[in-house]
Amino acid sequence: MPQIFNRSTNTLSRLSIYGAVFFVVLAGYVLYAISKSPYFTEVNVARDQPVPFSHKHHVGELGIDCRYCHTSVEDSSFAGIPPTATCMTCHSQIWTNAPMLEPVRASYRSDRSIEWIRVNALPDFVYFNHGIHVSKGIGCTTCHGPIGDMPLTWRANTLQMTWCLGCHREPEQYVRPKEAVFSANYQPPDNQTTLGHRLVKEYKIQKLTNCSTCHR
Amino acid sequence: MTKPNHKDDVTEHAAHEHGAGDRAASECGSIDLAAIEAKLRGAEGKKFWRSLDELAGSPRYQEYLHNEFGDPDNEKASVSRRDVLKLMAASAAFAGLSACTKLPTQKIVPYVRAPEEIIPGKPLFYATAMPMGGVAKGLLVESHMGRPTKVEGNPEHPASLGATDIFAQAAVLTLYDPDRSQAVTHEGHIATWDLFLAALRKARDDHRPTKGAGLRILTETVTSPTLGAQLQSLLAAFPEAKWHQYEPASRDAAREGARLAFGEYMNTAYRFDQAAVILSLDADFISAGPGSLRYAREFAGGRDVDSTRGKMNRLYVVESALSNTGAMADHRLPLRSRDVEAFARAVANKLGMPVGAPAPAQAPNEWIAALARDLERNRGRSLVIAGDQQPPVVHALAHAMNLALGNVGKTVILTEPIEVKPADEMQSLGELVADMEAGRVQTLLIFGGNPVYAAPADLEFAKHLLKVPLRVHLSLYDDETSELCHWHIPEAHFLESWSDARAFDGTITILQPLISPLYDGKSAHELLAAFLGTEASAHDVVKLYWKNRYASTKLGDAKAFEVFWETSLHDGVVAGTALPEKPAKADGSANGAAAAAAASSAGAAGGLEIVFRPDPTIWDGRFANNGWLQELPKPQTQITWDNVALISPRTAQRLRVANEDVVTLRYAGRTARAAVWIMPGHAEESVTVHFGYGRSRAGRVGTGIGFNAYALWTSRAPWFGAGLEVEATGARTTLATTQFHHAISRDGRSADEPSVAAFERDLVRIATLDEFKTNPEFAKDPADQTTKALSLYPGFKYEGYAWGMAIDLNRCIGCNACTVACQAENNIPVVGKEQVEAGRIMHWIRVDTYFRGGLENPEAYHEPVLCMHCENAPCEVVCPVGATTHSPEGLNEMTYNRCVGTRYCSNNCPYKVRRFNFLLYADWDTPSLKLLRNPNVSVRSRGVMEKCTYCVQRINAAKIESEEQNRGVRDGEIVTACQAVCPAEAIVFGNINDPNSRVSKLKAQPRNYGLLTELNTRPRTSYLAKLRNPNPEIKE
Repeated sequence: MPQIFNRSTNTLSRLSIYGAVFFVVLAGYVLYAISKSPYFTEVNVARDQPVPFSHKHHVGELGIDCRYCHTSVEDSSFAGIPPTATCMTCHSQIWTNAPMLEPVRASYRSDRSIEWIRVNALPDFVYFNHGIHVSKGIGCTTCHGPIGDMPLTWRANTLQMTWCLGCHREPEQYVRPKEAVFSANYQPPDNQTTLGHRLVKEYKIQKLTNCSTCHR
Repeated sequence: MTKPNHKDDVTEHAAHEHGAGDRAASECGSIDLAAIEAKLRGAEGKKFWRSLDELAGSPRYQEYLHNEFGDPDNEKASVSRRDVLKLMAASAAFAGLSACTKLPTQKIVPYVRAPEEIIPGKPLFYATAMPMGGVAKGLLVESHMGRPTKVEGNPEHPASLGATDIFAQAAVLTLYDPDRSQAVTHEGHIATWDLFLAALRKARDDHRPTKGAGLRILTETVTSPTLGAQLQSLLAAFPEAKWHQYEPASRDAAREGARLAFGEYMNTAYRFDQAAVILSLDADFISAGPGSLRYAREFAGGRDVDSTRGKMNRLYVVESALSNTGAMADHRLPLRSRDVEAFARAVANKLGMPVGAPAPAQAPNEWIAALARDLERNRGRSLVIAGDQQPPVVHALAHAMNLALGNVGKTVILTEPIEVKPADEMQSLGELVADMEAGRVQTLLIFGGNPVYAAPADLEFAKHLLKVPLRVHLSLYDDETSELCHWHIPEAHFLESWSDARAFDGTITILQPLISPLYDGKSAHELLAAFLGTEASAHDVVKLYWKNRYASTKLGDAKAFEVFWETSLHDGVVAGTALPEKPAKADGSANGAAAAAAASSAGAAGGLEIVFRPDPTIWDGRFANNGWLQELPKPQTQITWDNVALISPRTAQRLRVANEDVVTLRYAGRTARAAVWIMPGHAEESVTVHFGYGRSRAGRVGTGIGFNAYALWTSRAPWFGAGLEVEATGARTTLATTQFHHAISRDGRSADEPSVAAFERDLVRIATLDEFKTNPEFAKDPADQTTKALSLYPGFKYEGYAWGMAIDLNRCIGCNACTVACQAENNIPVVGKEQVEAGRIMHWIRVDTYFRGGLENPEAYHEPVLCMHCENAPCEVVCPVGATTHSPEGLNEMTYNRCVGTRYCSNNCPYKVRRFNFLLYADWDTPSLKLLRNPNVSVRSRGVMEKCTYCVQRINAAKIESEEQNRGVRDGEIVTACQAVCPAEAIVFGNINDPNSRVSKLKAQPRNYGLLTELNTRPRTSYLAKLRNPNPEIKE
């Protein structure tokens, strides 16, 4: 009986098998890369806002404390977005005619809220609480990045679960003294691990990694 | 929450009935009572049972036992095997991609000017009250950024003491009900409030010359001082006008009974904490009525052997249908409603009152004598209470007995009436109908209520209503009455409006709104103000009334009034408004006895008796469109989504009817078709029917289910009557009862299974007080049967907190409030009747009913069952994706977004407390229902398992707060939703690592036991065994 397949079929079949494996791995890598890319995570993507509010100016240059605007950050799960009235405490006195601030004045006049684009968002099944993180010595910039350098605000970290767990597993790498929590230009000292271990003990920080800490 | 697949159900009830041939009667129809009784008399006599079907081992019971969630093969939309394969391939292909969804761009919309008190993310609580039948129960309502989401009781309110009932818990769902009426309508067309005002003013001006001769106002029972004052000023301006009150589930009999005894209207409040012996004459005082929450608390407190040093009160109940109060009774006697009067006379006779008449045959003489002796022995510490559905003469007898026993002023507190104008409401309605019939009514303003649906059939309210030239109806829903009125005005819900109301003891609460009216609803205050020509808001009307009242009673300036006003609103009670005790007339006892002697017995006529009752969950029909209450299993029968004709086993046998048979009820010349349900412990020759069903315009949830019992109701014999005829139609229907669901039973397990021993032990453990005293450890599992030390798994160390719960069965009254509270707190969906039938009800906490003893008068027990949070949880080890895990504090966690729906966990749970979203039960679309959700709990989607979390959101909130303040969680700081609502304080939650916590102390009690502990699950939820305190003189 003559051979049905040519010898080259061997090569072809090997090629297609290895090729298939290669393609699956490649596809997996592409998906992984996409899931980590700024396109997907929105990390380092500055968002356009109805008013081009600059943290760089207000925090970095003027040195306004975070809590001046984000009033509930120490008490509540939600840090709070300032009402228009907060903007107007200053801007009823300075830059009163700046065209850039017209939406703020319009909001104050018409009693209609400014609709800001959300920069840092978590899915609805994640229950994050600002108050407890701040009170345990986790600084604003640890998660929100160098906010004092952001002309328009961007997301500094992926806010994905692996990222959260990084700190929940090793809080000593990230914790800082309570008095430095709201410091926008805090840099971890060289002995962070030593300091971290001391603070973890002092602040009674628990390594909470069970599901219901965040999901319920 | 409207169920999409329920819509098909909104047709005639009859459409669901099967023909006689559909299911052969032998299959699951008539149950062999003789065989069951023989079984009960035999060796299994002391066993607990849950239903007749269980006793008979019927196919339906077997089906539920072995197939917890219905047979997928019988799914209506069955899919072929090929389609399943195709779908599986597609879902496998897309499964990975589902994780790759990008978060959508969201907007943050802050305030322009932030209200001072709101901290975003933190709820606020406001005090208000829920009026029902006019009477208030104090509430604290949780508000998230301006939307009320959850109701709690107000600890400072005398009628609440921190607890709430099912109706208050479900009030938020009614508030957000998308079926509520949303516009003013005139003759069925949408109109405006201004057009209505013009019509109203014209009517008012027309009535001026005749001093309001043709003007009638129909309200529900009014205790609101402000509304009362408004009505009085209207009647002053229009002296010929008349104000009628009507409430279907009225307390007429209680009012008229007091008048019989004392010659004037008086209000009765009880103090169950002072009572050692209680006799209930057909009174379900722990689950219904104005003071029920407080009464339940006080009654349960009197049964707490641990705090009362081994003393317990003793409760005697005579009643027709088995109620929650009856289930708590130490001695219960099933009597037809009409025999209760004769029974009361017999007891009064024994107490030395000459009120004649022999005792009914069903009540043994020794029983009555022993009861009377017990009452005598506890003079001043006993209590006789008559039910609202007993005629005035029984109330008069109860008053006479309380006076004779020296209870008045001790366990029975008499005060001025709490109503603004106490009246015989049935008579009041009759007069209105007579006036309408005679054409004497030109304008009828109906404030709330639904008399077209809920009036006795013999009054023919609807027919005569149509003779009135101008009819105005203010109500929450565009209902049966609205349909027949010219004008319908959407009413503001009590959570949307200002008002005031009195509690059972007279304490006034000023009701404040939690949200501005969603649909521009108006309150009766605003309508009356408009009629009187002032056009003030409800706030202004109520505040002005209180300003005047304050000025007239107290010396204080405007500033002092503001303080008073703010304080009253904050506290939820107006201080010092409880009515003072009023001395009873000395001749009350004689009067009562004389009245009783004179009044003729209502039950003289023979034949089968019909008993009318408001429905236990949807009341007089006002909650018919509330899915939570519709799906809440009714006490004892556990039926959902339906009303039935309750009947005793023996009477059913005589009438040759079985469960789910459709019968024709013929009474006083009218007929209704009802489904039969056999209720063990029901009085013989008596049929109980509940109001509230058979609505034709309730909304998408409540229309067209059940039958209308009002169609049989007559004004002459309000609550029961003789001469009922029952005729089988041959048709059958299906009732969705959860009594078969989640059966934990030895049945079906072979004797060689290692786990079988666990199922031999009773799930409910009981003893009498004397047995408990001789053997306090009666509920403990024998040491040789526990396997505490052994486990294949390494076990957990619980170093910080260890959460646990204890449920005191001795306190639990089976009111089901925990179930609704859990539903409200945890965003639990409604599934609809068909899905309940399939065993897919979603409640995380259920209240199982167990019976023990014969069919005529079994003992009944309630047991709330929720996730046990086992330390060796069988569910955790079988989850292939780690969606259910163990927390370091012992919580058995459920992570919804990890769950892929294998249901292995549920299959491996011996307690059957896991619930699976077979379909997309939660309503994700209706905008108003989004406002309802608790923002701290995920709304679950299809294909996800869920179960009790011990309210982990509350645990986390308390832990965060305590950590922020650098301290530990205090005992009692975390209160689960079921614990908070419980009027009997049966549920206690806390840290079992702290030996001084309340829960640890309860778990250290000798009565403490766990369910199925032989399985070595080590449940964190444990139970305290129930005790009964029977009278040793009564042999049963």
